[in-house]
Amino acid sequence: MLSRQELYSALEQRHGKEIQRKFAAASVVICGLGGLGSNIALSLARAGVGHIHLIDFDRVDISNLNRQQYFISQIGQYKTDALSETLKKISVCTEITSQCVKLTEDNINILAPYEIICEAFDKAEQKAMLVNAVLENFPDKYLISGNGMAGLYSSNDITTRRLSDKFYICGDGKSDISDGMGLVSARVAVCAAHQANMILRIISGSFDA
Amino acid sequence: MVKINGCQTDYDGKNMTEILGIMGYDPKSVAVELNENILPKTKYSDVVLNDGDIVEIVRFVGGG
Repeated sequence: MLSRQELYSALEQRHGKEIQRKFAAASVVICGLGGLGSNIALSLARAGVGHIHLIDFDRVDISNLNRQQYFISQIGQYKTDALSETLKKISVCTEITSQCVKLTEDNINILAPYEIICEAFDKAEQKAMLVNAVLENFPDKYLISGNGMAGLYSSNDITTRRLSDKFYICGDGKSDISDGMGLVSARVAVCAAHQANMILRIISGSFDA
Repeated sequence: MVKINGCQTDYDGKNMTEILGIMGYDPKSVAVELNENILPKTKYSDVVLNDGDIVEIVRFVGGG
């Protein structure tokens, strides 16, 4: 069994002591555990982010397996439970907490304890609801949203943009799930990696997109 | 002139509900920043845009 200290030392060797100290002190909440959220969570856990809070109300379905980080054996489980289980196999340096709940404007205060908020929903109206609610209620928090990653279009269309001081959007801004073939593993992962990388950059103290 | 998503427009004097309608955006799937601050949805019909304002309209699409 790997001890926390052994893994932390290995992470320090990879990332440097100062960066790892910042990663370990950070707290991130991930809203939505689909193709974006599950991939983002894995990247943050591997980096040794200190606390990841997971929010989703859904269960793992067969239709998720084309792009989301779940296993066949997890079909039917709540995504919060399934992903927590996987993340704990990746890192003993990350505290994983979760809430199986549908996030709305009425319970948005759930996000209050976290310094960085990651929007990873799949429906356009839900994305807009969350972004508006966070920017109105928590203007001092960092918000990283994913928007536009459907189809098999070029990876190079996916970018990270800084819209205002603490609000970033990753994606191509236009490819819609309803337009064509839907979501494909690699391109969703590209967008998720943009979001995860921006989060790690913010934690490390680099704020440019 | 009002700058919207990087383009100069002559929408001075109009409110955001009018502008979203003209430009064909669904108010339920956008976020609007006015001069780098979020414009709350409850104010879309109240706030009138003035010369020099900078507006960023984010249209969200499905997928995640």
